[in-house]
Amino acid sequence: MNGRQDVLLGPTMIGDAFRSRLRRACAATVPLLLSGCVGTGVLNPHGPIAGQNRTILFNSLAIMLAIVVPTILATLVFAWWYRAGNDKATYRPEFTFSGRIELLVWSIPILTILFLGGVIWVGSHQLDPARPIESNQKALEVEVVSTDWKWLFIYPEQGIATVNRLVVPVGRPVHFRLTSSSVMNVFFVPQLVSQIYTMNGMATQLNMRADTPGRYYSTSAHYSGDGFSDMNFATDAVPAAQFEGWVAQARARGRLLDRPAYEKFAQQSQKVPPGFWGQVQPGLFDAVVRQEIKPAAGPQEGRGGPRVSPGDES
Amino acid sequence: MFGKLSLDAIPFSQPIPLVAAAVIGVLLLGVLAWITKKGHWPYLWHEWITSVDHKRIGVMYILLALVMLIRGFSDAILMRTQQAMAVNAPGYLPPEHYDQIFSAHGAIMIFFGAMPFVIGLMNFVVPLQLGVRDVAFPTLNSTSFWLTASGALLVNVSLVIGEFARTGWLPYAPLSEKVYSPGVGVDYYLWAIQISGIGTLMSGINLVTTILKVRAPGMSYLRMPMFCWTSLASNLLIVAAFPILTATLAMLTLDRYMGFHFFTNDAGGNPMLFVNLIWAWGHPEVYILVLPAFGVFSEVISTFSSKPLFGYRSMVAATLFITLVSFTVWLHHFFTMGAGANVNAAFGIATSIIAVGTGVKVYNWLFTMYGGKVRFTTPMLWSIAFMVTFVVGGMTGVLLAVPPADFMLHNSLFLVAHFHNVIIGGVLFGAFAGMTFWFPKAFGFRLHEGWGHVAFWLSLAGFLIVFTPMYWLGLEGMTRRLQHVNVAGWAPFLWIMLFGVGIMGLGVLAQIMQLLVSIRDRDQLRDETGDPWDGRSLEWATTSPPPSFNFAVLPDVRGEEAYWTIKQRAIEAQGLVEEPEYEPIEMPRNSATGVVTAFFASFTGFALIWEIWWLVGVGLLAAYGTFVWFAWRKEDEYEIPVEEVAAYDRERRKVRAAWLLREQGARAGEQPA
Repeated sequence: MNGRQDVLLGPTMIGDAFRSRLRRACAATVPLLLSGCVGTGVLNPHGPIAGQNRTILFNSLAIMLAIVVPTILATLVFAWWYRAGNDKATYRPEFTFSGRIELLVWSIPILTILFLGGVIWVGSHQLDPARPIESNQKALEVEVVSTDWKWLFIYPEQGIATVNRLVVPVGRPVHFRLTSSSVMNVFFVPQLVSQIYTMNGMATQLNMRADTPGRYYSTSAHYSGDGFSDMNFATDAVPAAQFEGWVAQARARGRLLDRPAYEKFAQQSQKVPPGFWGQVQPGLFDAVVRQEIKPAAGPQEGRGGPRVSPGDES
Repeated sequence: MFGKLSLDAIPFSQPIPLVAAAVIGVLLLGVLAWITKKGHWPYLWHEWITSVDHKRIGVMYILLALVMLIRGFSDAILMRTQQAMAVNAPGYLPPEHYDQIFSAHGAIMIFFGAMPFVIGLMNFVVPLQLGVRDVAFPTLNSTSFWLTASGALLVNVSLVIGEFARTGWLPYAPLSEKVYSPGVGVDYYLWAIQISGIGTLMSGINLVTTILKVRAPGMSYLRMPMFCWTSLASNLLIVAAFPILTATLAMLTLDRYMGFHFFTNDAGGNPMLFVNLIWAWGHPEVYILVLPAFGVFSEVISTFSSKPLFGYRSMVAATLFITLVSFTVWLHHFFTMGAGANVNAAFGIATSIIAVGTGVKVYNWLFTMYGGKVRFTTPMLWSIAFMVTFVVGGMTGVLLAVPPADFMLHNSLFLVAHFHNVIIGGVLFGAFAGMTFWFPKAFGFRLHEGWGHVAFWLSLAGFLIVFTPMYWLGLEGMTRRLQHVNVAGWAPFLWIMLFGVGIMGLGVLAQIMQLLVSIRDRDQLRDETGDPWDGRSLEWATTSPPPSFNFAVLPDVRGEEAYWTIKQRAIEAQGLVEEPEYEPIEMPRNSATGVVTAFFASFTGFALIWEIWWLVGVGLLAAYGTFVWFAWRKEDEYEIPVEEVAAYDRERRKVRAAWLLREQGARAGEQPA
């Protein structure tokens, strides 16, 4: 499986696409800093979940800036005006309590938090990762397994699977179930969807929709060991027809992912290039979640010295 | 004989830790040789190492903190250099080394940098402010300090013998379990934190008892300075939260050493249990650190605005409010683990409610300056910078408490920038403000103002240059703990951050210069009166440095701002109060219990890490034996004769009377009536 090239998208290495996009958008460093260029980030969403999360982020920020900015200004102005050398300022050492000011001092933060509390309550419910996205299309099911140190995506309805490459049809909701073969990771596509942990023996859920075709930087957001830094991958959002074509090609050319193949795959390895399987043994994901397949092993124990990591044999 | 320990444990293949260790080793040997040559050992042993004086212990805590802050900062330099170099490149630190560095950076900064600093300040200041002679349990205090030092020693030993944890500063299971971390790194972490954690817990019990039970006559709760209140709150949190840490790490230890299954993937273990427990300690821990810093700012802002603290009772209420609520917010550290919407919303709201308490405090500091006479001394600069940067850090914190926003920012550099913003801008600025503020009390001379200003501006600039781009990178989707980066567009920001670290480094050098220049010019900077800042609380009533017994006669407290009241009364009455009747003073004897216990605890910890079981037995037995030996001691106190007390206090009164005369002269000059 390792080293096989991507059937549809060619042997593009992860990262190239964002790099070229970033280069286009930010031709030079200085305008980049001035204009606040948006590349791979959460401020440039391409799906409803990331978009609504950003809206809440902006709203909360605006609510808080309304009191934070005046407070900062007041701090600087008070400190400067009441400096010891300023004869125009009135010295009032007896001014140590005022019921009115205390009322104000407690009520401003309380009112802000009441307002923000409403945003939190409504936002948490509307954007609960497990909540399905309303759509007239049936959601595409994808099962995600994080292993040391690569991502496995199983498409149970299509009967195929990929490693380190997620391909989804544009405009159609995707429903993820996620787990881990060993340690914790976090599935994260900054421009499309919320972060969610993957944990062995448990399944989490996530709903996503990509509204613009393109390649999106995706990664593990939770540190998981020595190979962690290469646990990023590309998410490709493609038109529906192209997606079907890709599935057909994968089916035609890929090998079988069954339990023995999975167990071998789940062993520790790093910098795994994207690849795919054309056939997947049904129920594999649930077997991992229910621990019918044992959690994957860690590194072999050394003499207790520092060199017990898998090293760089990959 | 030596358990798992062999020559393989020394990382000969990694030059960086070896060279670092060699440099530290040579420095250390040099210092030891210098002490031996000059014959300073008896002085060090009697006056510092075995001292049970809360002031000496406080100073040693802060010294330990300063050394560890430099160690942690070195880790930060390595990390920022690595990330700047490792954009689509491997950089110079392989993952197995880089992962140890960020884990050590976090663990050292929190447990051995920030914690000893605030505990040191509390140790030094609280008994003085309460107007008493020592903490409730002086020998326990010494033991607490030496156990903390023992933990710090173990962490640094891991640099050359074996490895440190590669799990992050909190060893999340199952990565920290034996299966996924078979090396000794996590064991170093566990035993270092356990040993120092015992010290912290004992120190918490000690200070809570002191504040509740040992106060000067008339010092009722609502007459205590704000710093004592925040210290009380912080130490109550230590007493309540540290046992959770101890228990959690003990469970992980059982998993690793004896095949238990508390947090394992299989056999009924649950890694999420670890995450819940560690943050049930971890969030209160944040307030353990920042509350004493809030206390420092209250003292500094009030003193240098020449005004009492505005809304004192409101501040007390806000402090206690924060203390309580801090136990109900831990889940915000894992909104993204898929708890339901109701759970996330409840913890999100609880978290943002804490900001009410902090907000109240900021406004009260603001109104303390209002109508004051603000003097821009170094401690005041740190305090104003704190007020400005901390509201930003607080705001980004509340932003992360909004679950949908956290879904996009959790585990990103935005989060890293947030907690550095509050810990550096809050705890560290507070620690530096406190150090500059109370330095003359500890050593009898002020720190050099010019170099203090230089250090302040460089540190502030470096801090902003590092963490502003870091917020931005988080919004750009960059996540934390990356050994190398695959997105070229992030490189410019990483280089700016590296530049910022350089500026912060200059700030560190300026602080060292400040210390050296101040020692050189100590005669010009001498604090003759014991009250260099026109202070308001009792620590300024005694001389700088105070005698071992702090006060010849315990002060009689008659209102808030005990010392300010005494001072005003003296000015009004145009004379000091009459000479009191002196009595001999009983003070606790020095004790080697603390340092001997910690000596054996270090060996026990090291032996547990390397599974050298006979040494574990010897170490434990000897540490326990030391305590038994201490418990059977015949004399625990010595008496300071009345003549000595009287002689000291008459000298102090002479200086004070001279000051009063000057003060009256100045007043008469101001108001020619």
